Amino acid sequence: MLNFVDSVNEAVAGIKDGSTVMIGGFGNAGQPFELIDALMDCGAKDLTVVNNNAGQGDQGLALLIKEGRVRKMICSFPRQSDSWHFDAKFHAGEIELELVPQGNLAERIRAAGAGIGGFFTPTGYGTMLAEGKETRIIDGRGQVFETPIHGDVALIKALKADGVGNLVYRKTARNFGPIMAAAAKHTVVQVSEIVPTGGLDPENVVTPGIYVNSIVKVA
Amino acid sequence: MSTATSIQTSDKPLGRNDLAELVARDIKPGSFVNLGIGQPTLVSNYLKPEQNITLHTENGMLGMGPAAEGDQIDGDLINAGKIPVTELPGASYFHHADSFAIMRGGHLDICVLGAFQVSATGDLANWHTGAPDAIPAVGGAMDLATGAKDVFVMMTLLTREGASKIVDACTYPLTGVGCVTRVYTDKAVFLTGPDGVTVRETFGCTLEELQELVPVPLKAAA
Repeated sequence: MLNFVDSVNEAVAGIKDGSTVMIGGFGNAGQPFELIDALMDCGAKDLTVVNNNAGQGDQGLALLIKEGRVRKMICSFPRQSDSWHFDAKFHAGEIELELVPQGNLAERIRAAGAGIGGFFTPTGYGTMLAEGKETRIIDGRGQVFETPIHGDVALIKALKADGVGNLVYRKTARNFGPIMAAAAKHTVVQVSEIVPTGGLDPENVVTPGIYVNSIVKVA
Repeated sequence: MSTATSIQTSDKPLGRNDLAELVARDIKPGSFVNLGIGQPTLVSNYLKPEQNITLHTENGMLGMGPAAEGDQIDGDLINAGKIPVTELPGASYFHHADSFAIMRGGHLDICVLGAFQVSATGDLANWHTGAPDAIPAVGGAMDLATGAKDVFVMMTLLTREGASKIVDACTYPLTGVGCVTRVYTDKAVFLTGPDGVTVRETFGCTLEELQELVPVPLKAAA
C-alpha cells in the first residue's frame, strides 16, 4: 500500500533493529540524506546496510556507521579518502564487510526484485572475491554463481513522484534507485516534487508505483 | 630478429599526456568506450569529434561530456570517479544494473584501465595490494575487466623500485583472468594474449633493451 507521509521521521518509523536497509546513491548523487538522518534519529541498530560505498565525510551513512548502528556493510567500494568512520570501525573489528564487485552488487539487487534465485556471471571469476563460490564454464568462460540480495527496507531519492507512486529520477542520481525499490519489502522514497496522478508521461516513468510504499517530499 | 630496432618509434620514453594521445588515436571511430579513473581519464582530452566516440560511465550514463566547470557543476551529474561532468547531445541515463549489463554483455568496445601488474597472458591486477591491513575496495574494476571487448591498460612499465609491472604471473590479487589485450606504457606498447607478449612499438629503447627490463619473452610485432 502507498502512503504519502509528512515527515522523514514518520517515513522511517517502522524500521526495526536487525533490518537489512538498502540505501540508494553513488557518492552523494542520489543519496537520500534526509531519510538517513531520520534513520539515525529513529534509533534502529544492528543494521545490515547495502550501498555502493560505506559513507563519506561526516554525514549520512558515515554517521550511522560512526554511531555503531551498522553491523554489516554490503558494498563495492568502502575505501575512500574520506571514509574515516568506516575505516576506524573496520580496523577495530566492529563492522563486518561483504565486498561485492559493483556490477554483481547491482545484479544481485536486481535479481532479488525480479524473483531470480541466483545467476552465473563472469565477473570475479578466478579472483579472491569468488573463493568458495560455485563456478561453471558456460559458453567457454568461467562464471561464478551469485545470489540475490533482498532488503527489508529501501531508502531512495527520486526527483518526482505522482499520486500513484510512479517515479522519475534526475541524471546520474538514478543509479541504484530503481533496482533497490524493487528488491525491498518496503520502499521509502524522498522526492523533490509530488505531481498529480497523470502528471508524469507514462512513457517516461522509470520506477512504476507498484514498487513504492512511502513517499515524503523533502524541500 | 633483424627488425628488432625498426619498431622504435620515439627516441625517448612517452610522458603521460603523449601516451593518452596515442591511446586516443588508436580508438576506432564510432567506438563505445569506458575510461577508468586516474591516468585513463586523460585519454578523453585527445579524442577528436570526428572520431565520434561515445563515453560510458558505469554509474549510469552514455554520452558523457567533459568535466563540468563553473555554472555547469551539478551534483546529480557525476562520473565514476564522482567528478562533476557534462552531458552531450544524445546522452542517456540508466540504472546501475543496466549500466553493468552494458559492460558485462559485451556492448562496450574498449575500456582503458590502470594496473599494478599485467601477466604475460593478460591477467590483470589493479584493485588490491593484498596488504593485510588494507581495506579492500573493488568498485567496477572486475566488471570492466571482464566485460569490454578490448581491455587496454595504461601504466608506467616499472614500479618506483624499478620492477617490471609486466610479469610472468601476477603476485597481487587478480582483477580478471586473461582479459587484457593491450598495454600502453612509457617505454612500449605490448599486445597480450594466450600466445604471450608481442611488442608493437618501443619508445626510447630498442626491443633488446626492453627485454632486459621485462621478465617474460618478448617478440616484435610482425
